[in-house]
Amino acid sequence: MPDADNPTARPYASLSIEEVEANVQRNLARRESRERVSAVVYPVGVVLAVFVLWEAGTRAFGIPTFLLPPPSIIAVSMTANAPLLLVHGWVTTVEIMLGFLLSIVVGIPLALAIFLSPPFARSILPLLVSSQAMPKVAVAPLLLVWFGFGLLPKVLIAFLIAFFPVVINTAVGLASIEPEKIDLARSMGFGPVATFFKIRLPNALPAIFGGLKISITLAVVGAVVGEFVGGDAGLGYLLMVANGSMDTALLFAGLVALTVLGVVLFLLIEITERLAVPRHIISGNPAARESM
Amino acid sequence: MASAATLSSTEPYLCLQGLSKVYATRDGPVRALDQVSVSESRGEFLSVLGPSGCGKSTLLMIAAGLLPPSSGAVTIDGKPVTRPRTDIGIVFQSPVLLEWRTALGNVMLQAEAKKLERAAAETRARELLASVGLAGFEAKYPHELSGGMRQRVSLCRALIHDPPQLLMDEPFGALDALTRDQLNLDLQQIWNERRMTVLFITHSIAEAIFLSDRVMVMTPRPGRIDRVIDIDLPRPRTLAMRETPAFAKYSREILDLLLARGVLREH
Repeated sequence: MPDADNPTARPYASLSIEEVEANVQRNLARRESRERVSAVVYPVGVVLAVFVLWEAGTRAFGIPTFLLPPPSIIAVSMTANAPLLLVHGWVTTVEIMLGFLLSIVVGIPLALAIFLSPPFARSILPLLVSSQAMPKVAVAPLLLVWFGFGLLPKVLIAFLIAFFPVVINTAVGLASIEPEKIDLARSMGFGPVATFFKIRLPNALPAIFGGLKISITLAVVGAVVGEFVGGDAGLGYLLMVANGSMDTALLFAGLVALTVLGVVLFLLIEITERLAVPRHIISGNPAARESM
Repeated sequence: MASAATLSSTEPYLCLQGLSKVYATRDGPVRALDQVSVSESRGEFLSVLGPSGCGKSTLLMIAAGLLPPSSGAVTIDGKPVTRPRTDIGIVFQSPVLLEWRTALGNVMLQAEAKKLERAAAETRARELLASVGLAGFEAKYPHELSGGMRQRVSLCRALIHDPPQLLMDEPFGALDALTRDQLNLDLQQIWNERRMTVLFITHSIAEAIFLSDRVMVMTPRPGRIDRVIDIDLPRPRTLAMRETPAFAKYSREILDLLLARGVLREH
């Protein structure tokens, strides 16, 4: 008979701690491998399902291709127009990268000045904020008048849209630090320059990279807007041409190319971040919040 | 102060003279410290004990040269302190570690600031970490360490340049009771070996008595010196010593002071 006061008398409770250990570890390994698989299978499955429904829907309801081409037609258009997409894609990439680099070259020193000089911050912030409130699309025609149809106006529009998050995130990142870290640096004998490079800047890096990630996606928007308003090359220009000739499949092909471009550029920033900042303090990582 | 006489034979190392600190706020001035004078001789362990908001931390920041007093002066061997003292070691209540540096890297920050020879400093940093039970944790990042371990790293960082003075601002206040006891023992051991002058801020009566040569009890806001008590207990002290009548006499004395000032109220 099982004896309630003596657990060892119950045969079903007689797993040794080593056996329990093995069970628990095995369960964890199973759960983790399930999660790894589902992290890939679920999103891929959803995308495939959307494509299948899209394909079936457009065929079943006889939707005209100029309204909504099925994925198969878009894929055909992408292959057929691959050289075109590459040429125009490269033009847009150059505009985006130059606009983005300009955002860094202007944005980070500007943030530094804002951080270092409160009077400068008070003077410049209203201008900065209103420059953001102003719709950049509306400025594009003006830039066209000033700088013509070439590369420059697109780069400038990309820059105008993209630099704001760099400035704000860098300024906020530099300013937000535990006061004790600064006290510590002073008591150790670090001068202002060493304190900046050894403590304040590394402390701000996650915030700065957060700004760069927003900035790169905005630079894509800026470059395309510039091409819409006046251009003779680039994916934005290609979209306008496709639109004008009712070639909706090419329009979609251009959209896909722009999406891929945006994602690749974003990932490049993320890889740079991984190299510059230890994984556990990248912003958004829960482990970062646990540490002091 | 009454107890100053007992140490008058040795010349003071750290001297706080008539320190007052008043903070200006929108609601008017706030008195943090009111005419605090105390001196510490070389190698002494002095604790400052008082309720929250009595200006203990302000006192430590002024002693570190990190905060100017509103009036009064700090001197070291008779020379006035007018800028941050960079020869000392500071331990704050939070570990204040750089999250992107390993335990070893955080200790080495001090060595970099002092431009110590790298290889020798690293050997020393490893020895220090090992001496507080962190051998094998040198390459861990702060988020991989427990609260007690982080504070030990912070202590090593404050010691690597062999400072003549250690300033500690409630260093063990955020730790659990057992970890705190262990760190008290570790600190006593380190102090015993090096005999640096320690200014230790705490609001634990037992911790203050256990570690100190003298305990300075402060009044609630504004912080004034209530009484300075010599702790005449043999060293090295053991945890069991806390249960002895001699120890109890000291804690009773401090307790009575806190009760008399209304810091503690018995209903």
